[in-house]
Amino acid sequence: MQNRTDKIKEIAKRLLDEEKVDLVLGHRKGTIPLKNTPGFAYNKDEVEELLWDGNCRSNLATFLPRLKDKRIAVVAQGCVSRNIVGLIIEKQIPRENLYIIGVPCIGMLDPNILREKVSGEILETKEDETKIILKGSGFEISVEREDVLRNNCKLCLHRNPTLFDELVVDEVREQNVSGRYDDITALENKTSEERTTYFDELLSSCIRCYACRDACPLCYCPVCFVDESNPQWCGKSTDPRDVLNYHILRAFHCAGRCTECGACEDACPMDIKVRMLTRKIEKDIQENYDGYEAGMSLDAEPPLATFKPNDPQSFIK
Amino acid sequence: MKNPYLPYPVKIEKIVIETEDKNLKSFELLFMNDEDKKAFNYTPGQFAELSIPGHGEIPIGIASSPTEGDNLLFTINKTGVVTTALHNMSEGDIIGVRGPLGNHYPFSEMEGKDIVIIGGGFAFTTLRSTIAYMLNEKNRKRFGNITVIYGARTPGMLLYKDQLEEWSKRDDIDMNVTVDREASGWTGKVGFVPAVTEEVAPKADNGIALICGPPIMIKFTLPVMKKLGFSAEQTITSLENRMKCGIGICGRCNIGPEYVCKDGPVFKMAQLEDMPGEY
Amino acid sequence: MAEMILEKQDMAAFTAEINKGYELFGPVKNGKQLEIARVNEVSDMVLEGYRNTDMSPKNLFFPQSEEMMAFKKYGDDANIYKDSLKEIAPRVIFGIRPCDAKAFSVLDQIFKNDQFIDNYWFSKREKSVMIGLGCNMPCSTCFCTSVNSHPFGETGLDVLATDLDNRYLLKTLTKKGEDILSGVSCLKVANDDDLSSAKSLSEKAVSEISGNLELKNIDKKSVLDLFNADFWERVQEPCLNCGTCTYVCPTCHCFDIQDEVFKDEGIRVRNWDSCMSWLFTIHGSGHNPRPGKKERVRQRFMHKFKYIPIKRDGEIGCVGCGRCIRMCPVNIDVREVVKLMNS
Repeated sequence: MQNRTDKIKEIAKRLLDEEKVDLVLGHRKGTIPLKNTPGFAYNKDEVEELLWDGNCRSNLATFLPRLKDKRIAVVAQGCVSRNIVGLIIEKQIPRENLYIIGVPCIGMLDPNILREKVSGEILETKEDETKIILKGSGFEISVEREDVLRNNCKLCLHRNPTLFDELVVDEVREQNVSGRYDDITALENKTSEERTTYFDELLSSCIRCYACRDACPLCYCPVCFVDESNPQWCGKSTDPRDVLNYHILRAFHCAGRCTECGACEDACPMDIKVRMLTRKIEKDIQENYDGYEAGMSLDAEPPLATFKPNDPQSFIK
Repeated sequence: MKNPYLPYPVKIEKIVIETEDKNLKSFELLFMNDEDKKAFNYTPGQFAELSIPGHGEIPIGIASSPTEGDNLLFTINKTGVVTTALHNMSEGDIIGVRGPLGNHYPFSEMEGKDIVIIGGGFAFTTLRSTIAYMLNEKNRKRFGNITVIYGARTPGMLLYKDQLEEWSKRDDIDMNVTVDREASGWTGKVGFVPAVTEEVAPKADNGIALICGPPIMIKFTLPVMKKLGFSAEQTITSLENRMKCGIGICGRCNIGPEYVCKDGPVFKMAQLEDMPGEY
Repeated sequence: MAEMILEKQDMAAFTAEINKGYELFGPVKNGKQLEIARVNEVSDMVLEGYRNTDMSPKNLFFPQSEEMMAFKKYGDDANIYKDSLKEIAPRVIFGIRPCDAKAFSVLDQIFKNDQFIDNYWFSKREKSVMIGLGCNMPCSTCFCTSVNSHPFGETGLDVLATDLDNRYLLKTLTKKGEDILSGVSCLKVANDDDLSSAKSLSEKAVSEISGNLELKNIDKKSVLDLFNADFWERVQEPCLNCGTCTYVCPTCHCFDIQDEVFKDEGIRVRNWDSCMSWLFTIHGSGHNPRPGKKERVRQRFMHKFKYIPIKRDGEIGCVGCGRCIRMCPVNIDVREVVKLMNS
């Protein structure tokens, strides 16, 4: 981890020194354990605060459309680089203003899994490539990194950036993931009523704070459909139909664009597994469009943004 | 205690299309219950929340004066969901009213003073209420000279044309109605409100100015008032922030520590100078 | 004010006795979330080792969505709003934390003013007896002692309970508290040892709350000085403008009012709203007095630490529960912002 941090700082300093960029966007240590915060570094002192560890869960691509008038160096692992590719294809950010500091990634930690490993409050953590040490009052335990990764990181197929100007370390070996969609297949095999019950329960604790949307780099619409008032597409209360409406429509808007970065689930204060919706749709995209995965190349044609005469039409009945 | 969120039912007694673009309509409302009518004691400058069942609520300045009888008058610009729904309603339909809400123009402070009333566009509503109130025979002698400057883009965009006509015939009020540019058939003043104000406003010594209008008009009128010698204490305006509860609770309309709905909507410029410009 | 002892083994008997005529609420699990809700079985209450509920318990009195009125579209009383306010059954709320109880007393000041009173809030407040549970183990994110609150604070409570390992010390604080405990047979009078253990627990808890925040300069600075300060530009940078901080906060109280219609009937409902949303302030004309993230982030902190103190006689719109610190997806830490405001 330290080599990644050191190299990020080194590159960031050089870019600012040479006035190649106005700003380096990376991650900074947060004020509480297991939480980092996006770091906006404009000078050497601020660069010193940048780091790379298992808590860089914010998707920094989310910030780019709002900063498109600036020349930015952005720290990006596999998923984030794929989102950057998507944003460039969708013409939300200009490639020429970006310097991508690519980070071959070994996965981010799931704070909820870590908290379940201990009985008190975690006050301090230490990590290296394989182990995480958790300390609190009266305990100190060590856990294996691969056991406490976020679900999306466990299932990740693209840990290495797909678009970058410079890599901070050599590329890492990609994972062999088996049964990536087992849970989705199990859901597909349920009856319609069972699925309704499943999603109702999944979303029952949603407080409609929209953190999942606001953390998502795909959600850059100036006015989200849930915020439209004339006409108002979606009620504003916690009525389960409106909650479901929001989540399903948002998931559909992400079809063929989602990179499984996990920012939505990380941001959710209620710990709702909203990826159960987006993953079902990504599975469908892969099955229907020759295994298409978002953000792999700037030349790719996003399946739902392009029309081909032989597009699957099985949904027309 | 009465639920302050609960609207009283009122019947739309009369609808008048005010402007040539038909985007402004005045609604005269009749209380359906006597006790609601009695409880609705208002002073010009206050507003009410109008409820269109199924569409929602909007805060609207009261355009009638309590001196004019029991019915309430509201002039409404068609902009959003609720106002559009209201524009689609007919005489005889039932809607809800809640109020009166907010503070009012400081009539006790205005006593014995020369009053300058400056209005632009459809923000003339509570100023209409104020003029009608001050011109009432019981009230007129409480105030000094009354000068009105009211401007609209075109003659067809002026509100309350009959009333303006009537007032301009009186000798106890100096009416200056202006339009932005020459128009056929228009014999009145031509020019923007700030320029006309500079031309006709009385001395500031014993004056109080009430200014309501679009932000652009207010922006260019305030320097004129300063030039004329009106201090920030003597210059009063009315703000419109987005509101929901209207009773100083829901936290939507605040500007710094002040709630526009309860501490306002009427503010002296002297107060606004110490407040963030979030309006 | 009496101080009584409740043995933990008598908890079921205790709740059965006070339960007469009251519904019991306490910390219970709802899925993964710990919340203050209706208790079905006394043993469901999570009273050991719990720090605080995940969400603030403000929904007890201020549900996220609450029907205010109803109307019909057709018929004799078509389009006439009828109050939907329902009387709730009396409640005993056991195990609420002092910071959250303090938040209710702050909100009591918000939900009424010199002219108006919000019955939707107060009808539920008045029907509730609050038995708080002092914090023996504050979290690292707690800062109640910096904001007029305390791990064993009594404001907003009728009874304060202190966990003395195998027994609770119950201190009655109000008439309501006295009434609920009077005649409960399983209570004993507390002895001096109980009182001194409670005192040392309280002192220990206070000493464990790290990082005392200074707010004095915030008080001294003018609204405009704070409002125009440069640091807001940096504070807002990582903010996503989601509503998490406002929704988990025990004192955030801003709401929206909406009409909803289904077939021939409609309701007027109020929903929690968030000043983090651009929709919150946008005018019908499209003009927005708080057009950007910076203005909205600033509003939330200014409201809590400057505007509320001005309007409510020095009361602070924050009780130091630390939920926003734990839940903010990008770790905007209110303590850091307060330091900037005070500097």
